Amino acid sequence: MIPEIGHFALIIAFCLTLMLATVPAWGAWRGNATAMALAPTLAVGILVFVGISFACLASAFLQDDFSVSLVASHSNSLLPPIYKFAAVWGNHEGSLMLWALILALWTAAVALFSPQLPLLVLSRVLSVMGAIGVGFLSFSLATSNPFARLLPATPADGGDLNPLLQDPGLIIHPPLLYMGYVGFSVSFAFAIAALLGGRLDASWARWSRPWTNIAWGFLSLGIMLGSWWAYYELGWGGWWFWDPVENASFMPWLAGTALIHSLAATDKRGLFKSWTVLLAIFAFSLSLLGTFLVRSGVLTSVHAFATDPARGMFILVFLALVVGGSLTLYAFRAPAVSSRVTFAWVSRESLLLCNNVVFLVATLTVLFGTLFPLIVDALGMGKVSVGPPYFNAVFVPLMVLLVPFMGIGPVSRWKRDDVARWRSELMIPAAVAVACGFTFPLLNAPYNIWVALAVLLSSWLLLGLAQDVLRKLRNASSAARGLRRLTPGYCGMLIAHLGFAACVIGVVATSQYSLERDLRMSPGDTQELAGYQFQFVEVTQVRGPNFIADEARIVVSRDGAIVASLLPQKRRYLAGGSVMTEAAIAPGLFRDLYVAMGEPIGSDGAWAMRLHYKPLVRWMWLGAIFMAVGAFTSVFDKRYRRQRDVVPSVNKAALHGV
Amino acid sequence: MHSVRKQRLYLVLFVVLFSSVAIGLVTYALRGNINLFYPPVQVAEGKAPIGQSIRVGGMVERNSLQRAADSLQVSFMLTDYQASVPVVYVGILPDLFGEEQGAVASGVLDSDGVLQATEILAKHDENYMPPEVAYALENSGYDKKGNTK
Amino acid sequence: MVSRLKLFLPLILFAMLAITLFRGLSLDPREMPSALIDRPFPAFSLPRLNGTGLLSQADLKGQVSLLNVWATWCVACRVEHPYLKQLAQKGIPVFGLNYKDNDADAQRWLEELGDPYRFNIADHDGTLGLDLGVYGAPETYLVDAAGVIRYRHAGVLDQRVWDAVFQPLYQTLMAESGDQ
Repeated sequence: MIPEIGHFALIIAFCLTLMLATVPAWGAWRGNATAMALAPTLAVGILVFVGISFACLASAFLQDDFSVSLVASHSNSLLPPIYKFAAVWGNHEGSLMLWALILALWTAAVALFSPQLPLLVLSRVLSVMGAIGVGFLSFSLATSNPFARLLPATPADGGDLNPLLQDPGLIIHPPLLYMGYVGFSVSFAFAIAALLGGRLDASWARWSRPWTNIAWGFLSLGIMLGSWWAYYELGWGGWWFWDPVENASFMPWLAGTALIHSLAATDKRGLFKSWTVLLAIFAFSLSLLGTFLVRSGVLTSVHAFATDPARGMFILVFLALVVGGSLTLYAFRAPAVSSRVTFAWVSRESLLLCNNVVFLVATLTVLFGTLFPLIVDALGMGKVSVGPPYFNAVFVPLMVLLVPFMGIGPVSRWKRDDVARWRSELMIPAAVAVACGFTFPLLNAPYNIWVALAVLLSSWLLLGLAQDVLRKLRNASSAARGLRRLTPGYCGMLIAHLGFAACVIGVVATSQYSLERDLRMSPGDTQELAGYQFQFVEVTQVRGPNFIADEARIVVSRDGAIVASLLPQKRRYLAGGSVMTEAAIAPGLFRDLYVAMGEPIGSDGAWAMRLHYKPLVRWMWLGAIFMAVGAFTSVFDKRYRRQRDVVPSVNKAALHGV
Repeated sequence: MHSVRKQRLYLVLFVVLFSSVAIGLVTYALRGNINLFYPPVQVAEGKAPIGQSIRVGGMVERNSLQRAADSLQVSFMLTDYQASVPVVYVGILPDLFGEEQGAVASGVLDSDGVLQATEILAKHDENYMPPEVAYALENSGYDKKGNTK
Repeated sequence: MVSRLKLFLPLILFAMLAITLFRGLSLDPREMPSALIDRPFPAFSLPRLNGTGLLSQADLKGQVSLLNVWATWCVACRVEHPYLKQLAQKGIPVFGLNYKDNDADAQRWLEELGDPYRFNIADHDGTLGLDLGVYGAPETYLVDAAGVIRYRHAGVLDQRVWDAVFQPLYQTLMAESGDQ
């Protein structure tokens, strides 16, 4: 009965999205205030019904209702409850439900937390989001119904969740990632609403900015968790594979990074308006493209869902409608909103422009590399794959190009600045950065040109930020007062840029200094790696809730002192019979020690073992967390709230009158 | 010239210059870093280049998997049931690797026709077969269990 | 005017991308048209699974039916199995081709999970599979009353595939055989 309620609620939600997509838009067109004022109510209604539907699906999973086809094929009675819940989105149909739920959340959030928006704009924005909702809910209902029953042949037990997905990382990774993906639909909706209204002023950017920052922050966290999950769960110690699915989440992030910077220029200076609109369309289009790539099966990947050309066709048509439609609208409406503001070449604007060009080019090269196999196949020229070397060769120079400008950015002034001033401000940071670059890597092991470069660039970035904070404090009467005067927007920028610097160091140091050895070890053997002694003590049989495993005990010591006792496992899951490597990690701020079991070799109890030493690997994830925290911090800036008092109370009245 | 115009011109020049550098970078990176896929039969016919990074996919032949006793070297044959390619790999094999299962090996073909693999990919779950393997088998006209008749 | 045209550039680029993606969809690596579509079922003479006597292509004639290729070593077949039982309960004739399998294992499977099949052809060596061009299990063939293969589906047959492809074809074939 519950699945039917869920299905029914989903259908009601679909009808509500249809209404949201049409009625307020019609109201905005004809100037009908009643129709427009319906938008927030509809948005909340959609959230309620999608929420009910999602809850029904979750309860089917939690109660082991194997008569529901989705539960039967992706869950199992032996599964711990938390994984039963995570299994809801560990498959195509359920993850689509999660997508719909998050879209409903964002739509309702825009409806509830935008009292400063004029009703006309709000109704347009919500209508656009409603139209996106129509697309996803009809996709779910027409091709991927999560509530389909297996009646009367109800299986006694389910087929189990893929063991790779039975992991705490997977419980939160998709929701965060989708918060980011779908969050860009808000920026997209604001951009389309602005194009429809033909009024693309600074206030538009100011409304859209906090939403975009939040979405970008969530996307950063989502990608970070995905990378972390791959690191410990795939068992190979890799943290980024340039896999099509990873790229699918990375491209919107790159475009989103360009967008948040371009929005800053539009907000503060009224510049790059049509460009910002285009970026907002891009960021969301890339999110949709990612969905298409992951679910259609045109590209192969370790993470791809079960593929199905019919579903692919549906998303492709939807993609064509949304992106094609919005780009057509852009082509016709953009001139009406282009800006006539000038700026000098030596100014913050041109630095932001550099950021935009670099990130856009990075997005396009990743897009090209991801789609290249498809293009070659479509031209009938064979089956190729584009590997990490391509992406590294293209991506690294771009980032190297970016950071020098990034260091000047915070110090620079809007509109017109002075090279001589930059020189005097940044002379000391530059000198110190160069000194750091040359000396710092000497402290650690062999000198490495890449690490030196990374240290040089990151310290340049850090010192530039420090210089700017110092200058701000010097101008204030006391340091405490100066600190208090730093706006949340500025602090957010500071934190996010710090995070980026940490990320750069983490990525480069791990790539350059990591040590890895595949070894044959018998119980009692000791091997050395990076000054650590790894002693293989024994292998025992252990039993988990839904698996049995061979568990090795490896004691790691350094200079005679025990550092960690690691327990990697080789698991065999009972339901599906699949074998999984569960790596054991001794984490640390400065290094991770990582052990994974291969397979047993020979008869004396020897195993193939993989030992890793990964310096500073945590820094890149910490960096990503910093970036997200920075993005969230900036939202508390007063400038996004002050308008509430400025806006005539008429709109409020209209809103509350509903 | 009007200052707005002038600025536009510089902007366009900058964008053109930058994107041509980027395009140059992309073509350079692509040239060395794409791996073409070859079914075993094409490798046997000598159509695959020697000394270049390629990928070969097929089924792991029954009774062909051999492990060295003192190191992590493994060797096995990849087959599409028309021809087989010997593969040598040093390291840990993926969890789902096994005989009579689909696998893709990427590496360099040496002059003896042995693929010195640097990476082995096996299927990701029980129901999934790497599409390249399916493609190789489809072209060879054999089913995935292989028919030795 | 030129500046207006410039604004269409993103749209044009996207259109090109969309065409590539569309091509990509039609290049689905799993789709394999059978060479045997609209050709008579290949001749065979194989034992009945756990029964006596030999079966031949003539035994498939007389009604529109499904021929399902399965094996106990095939994990996806287990997923498909409940749906086949549903079809059989609806009265749709389902024949089995037990492919490269062991009779005892196959028998145990049918006893445990239920038997949707009218009969099973025991193709121990995969000879019939070879003639059919079977790529893997499960696969399902739609065979008309005259014993001609009309459609082939590689992979799991489920409600969605049935509704989208098999059901309409099945109806047409039923109507055809009714006319004769």
